[in-house]
Amino acid sequence: MKPTDKLLSRLNNAEVSRRDFLKKASALGIAGALPGALLSTNAVAAKPKRGGHLRIALAGGSTGDSLDPTRLTSPHINFLYYTTHAQLTEVLPNGELSPYLAESYEYGKDASEWIFKLRKGAEFHNGKTITADDVIASLDRHRGEDSASQMKSFMQEIISLKKDGDSTVIIKLQNPNVDFPTILSAPTLGILPSTNGKVEDFTVGSGAYMLEKFEPGQRSLVKRNPNFFFPDRGYVDSAEILTIADSTARQNALVTGAVDVIGDVPAATADLLARNAKIKVLDVTGMMHDTFPMLTNQAPLDNNHVRMALKLSIDREEVLEKILSGHGMVGNDHPISPVNRFFNTELEQRVYDPEKAKWHLKQAGLSKLKIKLSVSDSVYAGAVDTAVLYSEQAKKSGIEITPNRVPADGYWKDVWLKHPWCVSNWSGRPTEDWMFTQAYAATSNWNETLWKNDRFNELLVAARAELEDSKRRDMYYEMQRLVRDDGGSVVHLFANHITAYNENVGVPSKVAGNWEFDGFKMVERWWLNS
Amino acid sequence: MSNILRILFQRLALGLFTLFIVSLIIFMGITLLPGDAAEAMLGQSATPDTVAALRVQLGLDLPPHTRYFNWLLGALQGDFGTSVGSGQQISSLIGTRFANTLFLAIFAATIAVPLALILGILAALYRSSVYDRVVNVVTLASISMPEFFISYILILFVSVKAGWLPSLANVQTGVPFLVRLEMTLLPALALTLMSVAHMMRMTRASIINLLANPYIEMATLKGIKKARIITHHALPNAWAPIVNVIVLNLAYLIVGVVVVEVVFVYPGLGQLLVDSVQRRDLPVVQAACLIFAATYILLNLFADIISIVTNPRLLNPK
Repeated sequence: MKPTDKLLSRLNNAEVSRRDFLKKASALGIAGALPGALLSTNAVAAKPKRGGHLRIALAGGSTGDSLDPTRLTSPHINFLYYTTHAQLTEVLPNGELSPYLAESYEYGKDASEWIFKLRKGAEFHNGKTITADDVIASLDRHRGEDSASQMKSFMQEIISLKKDGDSTVIIKLQNPNVDFPTILSAPTLGILPSTNGKVEDFTVGSGAYMLEKFEPGQRSLVKRNPNFFFPDRGYVDSAEILTIADSTARQNALVTGAVDVIGDVPAATADLLARNAKIKVLDVTGMMHDTFPMLTNQAPLDNNHVRMALKLSIDREEVLEKILSGHGMVGNDHPISPVNRFFNTELEQRVYDPEKAKWHLKQAGLSKLKIKLSVSDSVYAGAVDTAVLYSEQAKKSGIEITPNRVPADGYWKDVWLKHPWCVSNWSGRPTEDWMFTQAYAATSNWNETLWKNDRFNELLVAARAELEDSKRRDMYYEMQRLVRDDGGSVVHLFANHITAYNENVGVPSKVAGNWEFDGFKMVERWWLNS
Repeated sequence: MSNILRILFQRLALGLFTLFIVSLIIFMGITLLPGDAAEAMLGQSATPDTVAALRVQLGLDLPPHTRYFNWLLGALQGDFGTSVGSGQQISSLIGTRFANTLFLAIFAATIAVPLALILGILAALYRSSVYDRVVNVVTLASISMPEFFISYILILFVSVKAGWLPSLANVQTGVPFLVRLEMTLLPALALTLMSVAHMMRMTRASIINLLANPYIEMATLKGIKKARIITHHALPNAWAPIVNVIVLNLAYLIVGVVVVEVVFVYPGLGQLLVDSVQRRDLPVVQAACLIFAATYILLNLFADIISIVTNPRLLNPK
């Protein structure tokens, strides 16, 4: 048997995962010679079928979940809102933004004024026509002084929300923001029906599916909306979203056929699950990333040489293999993922280099470094193991990292942004500006490294107002470089969204990576074959 | 009889006082935990002003003693308030889940209690036989394994490999009774394996203990069969310790099954309690804990009454 044939047969017998296969194939120099269909996750892009009942199990969700969008907290609710409540815009599987409930949108004199035209004749599930008043009331709830919404900081940028006729909304912002329409695609900003400027009913939306039943922490049941404004979308008749927190229970449910699709498959067991002939595992490069934020205003971390030494002392490839069993991508010390539009493809990948790390330490006037790393497994599964692995790898650079296990309770209040060095995790944001503004801007409450780089902050504001794409790209490229080479975070890994489904489930050829489950839009985009 | 009624009232009054103390301890415990509901709900995305706004919305800006007394006043009038997280009425939130928990506990007990008694009586009857040893080893082994492990083993063999029973027990309201039985059989079996050993060994030990008494020797001398001696002469006197262990296990079946609930995705009270503690959802934690505490108090009272009724010396004290 030729090595290629052997490898192919191992792939077919599921003795080797797709990723290993690709790696080995490229080592043999044959990747380019293989037929494309063999390597694509969805070898046959079948035609979608209508009908059926789709059952999905996800990990997130709690008995305390509420449908009130200013109190949205769990993935279950985000998923549900993308299924039942239409936002003005949506992120397409290829990462581009497109009008959704809005028919079109454009900026006014500059990017501080946005004009949204609503889809004509679009209706809520109760038959009421959607008007500009509903849009204004829905967005207004997030921006008041007493709002506790996660979107508050963005919505407070709005200085006025005005209607122009029944189907046009004009939004004025304090500062120009080219990415503002993308912010309006957030699940929490689904448009709700209003009476006299007040939103009252959270169960009614205008999405592809109508909410039938909602049991917090357990399940949501939805039924196809026959009057959906995209009549060709939404294939299944009904769907059920279940919260199953235990990963083994989730996998059992899939194997026994109790559900059709599961999310959050543990990286360690994904390849075992794929051995089952009736089950397919889908690996999607996402935006979720793990970070080690350092407080850049505290010695010795205020010295960039020390930060560089720490960034060079982690063997990302080994962490990827051991913690995620390869289901992910190494990070380059900035938070922008290849799924994002302006991912810097010209930036060199940072690799493990203890010698260079030592040199940086010497520049900082240190021969050795002892540092504590606060860590809790509640931040992401495997955080403690990662910290232990990191501390072993850093020994070669003369750095002694002491992993310091802290309680999960109150982690985000007492440890994060308080301890000089800890672990953190971001689900990623659909735009570069959103990600940078939340986690790296000097003025942000979530600037987890307290990093204040003048050039970066200048560029951040300038890029928001820049209407020309090529110039924006250059700016974001430079910002990624700045975060990578001067920022306070070790961004070592991007985790894949690992979804598993039974063979009866139809999957589109392109799957979105902004959230799991096809950007939480799978109920609208996937189908059942029989 | 008046003796029993007096005990009943005394114990119920004491029970109410205990519940009050429990509610106070829970309140203080939750208050001492780091972070409050507003911070727990917002998590990583908390900013000082959103936390402050949410606190006002949830009424967490009031001082602790005011909040406790407001809650206590409501509770005394039968109003346990609303969940901090979802704003749902506690009664509707807890109602179905408590019914589910009770259903599973009763189902498991219906299998476990007769099984344990029969196994225990037989073990006493055939003391030191191969049967006795096998039963002891098997039940001790099953109780020694962690709950999740037993559950996973059952799921692997009964549900994944054989396909006889579903691995998910996420029952909904309105499920037909037989379907419900089928869905919950696997968790009920897991709980049975967890609880049989205690009850079975206590039955065996108390009967064996009694078999050394002179009146049993008398019965033997009269030529009564061994099985009849055990069921008619020994067992009536062994009820007190056996009932106590059975009741402790019933209480465990109601309050201690959160792991089994998670593995089988069963919508019971345990999962709700854990979620609520994580979210610092005080009214829900209070209500759930009071239910659990009341369960213990009532079941213990029941055990004591059974012990008294079955023991003439305690029933007619001199």
